[in-house]
Amino acid sequence: MLQITGLNKSYGSHHALSEVNMHVPSGVVFGLLGPNGAGKTTLIRIVNQIIEQDSGEVELDGKKLSPSDIRKIGYLPEERGLYKKMKVWDQLLYFAQVKDLPPNEAKLQIKSWLEKLDLGAWKDKKIEDLSKGMAQKVQFISTVIHRPSLLILDEPFSGFDPVNAEIIKNEILELKEKGTTVILSTHRMESVELLCDHVAMINRSRKILDGTIQQVKNSFRPEVFEITLTQLKQPIPPEWIPKQAEDLWHFSLPLSGKSPNQLLSELMELGEVLVFREKIPSMEEIFIHQVKAKANE
Amino acid sequence: MNKVLLVIQREYLARVKKKSFLIATLLTPLIFPAIMGIFVWIAVNESENQSLRIIEVFDETGLFFMESSDQYAFVSSDLELEEAKKMVQDGERYGLLLIPKIDLEDPKGIQYFGAENPSISLMSYLEGALKRKIEDQKLYEKGIDPSIIKQIRTSVSIQSITLSEGGEEKINDATVNYALGFVAGILIYIFIFVYGNQIMQGVIEEKSSRIVEILVSSLRPFQLMMGKIVGIGAVGLTQFLIWVVLIGTLTSVVVGVLGMQMPQQQAMEMASPELAQAAMPDTEVGQILQVIQGIDFVSLVVSFIIYFLGGYLLYGALFAAVGSAVDAPSDAQQFMFPITIPLIVAYMGLFVFVLQDPNSTTSFWLSIIPLTSPIAMMGRISFGVPFWELSLSIGLLIGGFLFTTWLAAKIYRIGILMHGTKPTYRILWKWIKSSE
Repeated sequence: MLQITGLNKSYGSHHALSEVNMHVPSGVVFGLLGPNGAGKTTLIRIVNQIIEQDSGEVELDGKKLSPSDIRKIGYLPEERGLYKKMKVWDQLLYFAQVKDLPPNEAKLQIKSWLEKLDLGAWKDKKIEDLSKGMAQKVQFISTVIHRPSLLILDEPFSGFDPVNAEIIKNEILELKEKGTTVILSTHRMESVELLCDHVAMINRSRKILDGTIQQVKNSFRPEVFEITLTQLKQPIPPEWIPKQAEDLWHFSLPLSGKSPNQLLSELMELGEVLVFREKIPSMEEIFIHQVKAKANE
Repeated sequence: MNKVLLVIQREYLARVKKKSFLIATLLTPLIFPAIMGIFVWIAVNESENQSLRIIEVFDETGLFFMESSDQYAFVSSDLELEEAKKMVQDGERYGLLLIPKIDLEDPKGIQYFGAENPSISLMSYLEGALKRKIEDQKLYEKGIDPSIIKQIRTSVSIQSITLSEGGEEKINDATVNYALGFVAGILIYIFIFVYGNQIMQGVIEEKSSRIVEILVSSLRPFQLMMGKIVGIGAVGLTQFLIWVVLIGTLTSVVVGVLGMQMPQQQAMEMASPELAQAAMPDTEVGQILQVIQGIDFVSLVVSFIIYFLGGYLLYGALFAAVGSAVDAPSDAQQFMFPITIPLIVAYMGLFVFVLQDPNSTTSFWLSIIPLTSPIAMMGRISFGVPFWELSLSIGLLIGGFLFTTWLAAKIYRIGILMHGTKPTYRILWKWIKSSE
């Protein structure tokens, strides 16, 4: 769907993107992760053709990005904005037309979306008269109104209450089912694990991670096992820092070169093994670990 | 191009549909007549209700007999000075005029006592009356009867007529031309400021709400900027044309009503300027009517529109650039300075130079330089401007707004996507130079 090769962009002496390569497969939800100031917004702006790269290629559907591709992209910026004094209907019609949607088709689309998100009764109200959640929904509609094949959402859940966030999440998944490719830029890791198939992480202008969620998690297995023992035959070495709760002893141990089976059989000498489970890092842990590791370099 | 039209349409409708636009457009033409009406009404009421003010005249020379008017009655005093002052204090007299023994060659020491500060009109009335009395006195001393002087005194007014190349004669009047230049110049000044500010506010709104990020991904920043400037300019033009129509209708209604109340003959004279010229060339009202009828309103309105558009586009681009560079209207102040200064220079120049002497060198340059010409030239047009000067001025104005638009586009393109940094002039200069 989207192929990014050797992308560079700097502002004066500040490098915003250095040699970034990325491939976004068709029909996935692609998580674009990274701390503030890492270069995510710059990347998104380049894909949206708001700014131009210094060097490198961006290809959409195998062809170099061109101004006519705007129709295919829907973009929800992190900080939301609508014309406060404009009515919902007029506003959506304007944005749809700016995206080259013919007026008749635009009207049909707006109507069905307003009904779908329970905003039908508000179409003649000005944005300033709407609640924040409703305005956010209008903004979401304005992003998808022209049925883009690539949807770029920058922090889509900020500002939504849990109920509306759920609605938007389901809409995103529904769009994905219909074949839309979604790029989700966020630092909310719980939504990444829930929604994303694929992730890439940018830190200090460079891509440091890329792959499916499973691949990423596998590559960051710390090879540590969580263990619970009971009915001890021997005392547990104090350097393992065990925690005791009644008759249960919890602690974790690294493999330290052994195979899991070797470790397990050693543990069986100590007592009854109730839990023996590999620690799988959450995306949040990987994220924090990676950002910290780079900061210490 | 299609998208620019879309932006123009949005900017236009968003403003024209507002209630405040409707109210301002319909009420403004009524405000000036209304204010004048109120003043006239107050003045009439005042002179009707005002009681006669009695002023005690304490004349030690015995030479001055002050003539009473509608407003002031003068009483020659036979009281002691202290008693007379007491009467002023008690409010029995409005004021006290004290004329000590004076030297007629150098009349000094005349005093006025009042319970309240006297108005300028009262003081000049008193001074004028005393001056005439002293002059009369001097004439008597030289053996001349003042009434002869009065007979000799003659009032002259010159009728000024411009001769066109075709031999056409047109009566004009400096006062009427002054008024027209004054109104047109100020109107352009106000239009540029009001609509320029709307551009700036609009740009800041789009920038601070990040609407611009959605828009700029679909259209080029230049299209967005031009769409906004043209759309808002169209609003200004609409407002002006509505005013022209409204004022035109109002005037013809008023003239019509007045015409019915006028004697038959006068109304006929008004209807045909040639007749009027023949019948009442020496009455003042007739003359002013002729002057007004002689004004080429069509060319006045056309040149107003040209200079409004030119000046608006020139400054509008700069307002857009300022709006794009800042995050909030309060930050815009520092960049408003270079925009405001030439406008104020033009405004001051209009009064100090252009309207006083429309053909002076300063007036010429003010009406040629694009930054000041929209306002200054409007002050000159009703007096008549040679064709070549007009062409030069308009040509330079077009060049001027092309330049400012080019300059503004460079700032705008970068500025609208910049957040959180407070730009300085040096940074703006860097944006202008950057070629990307």
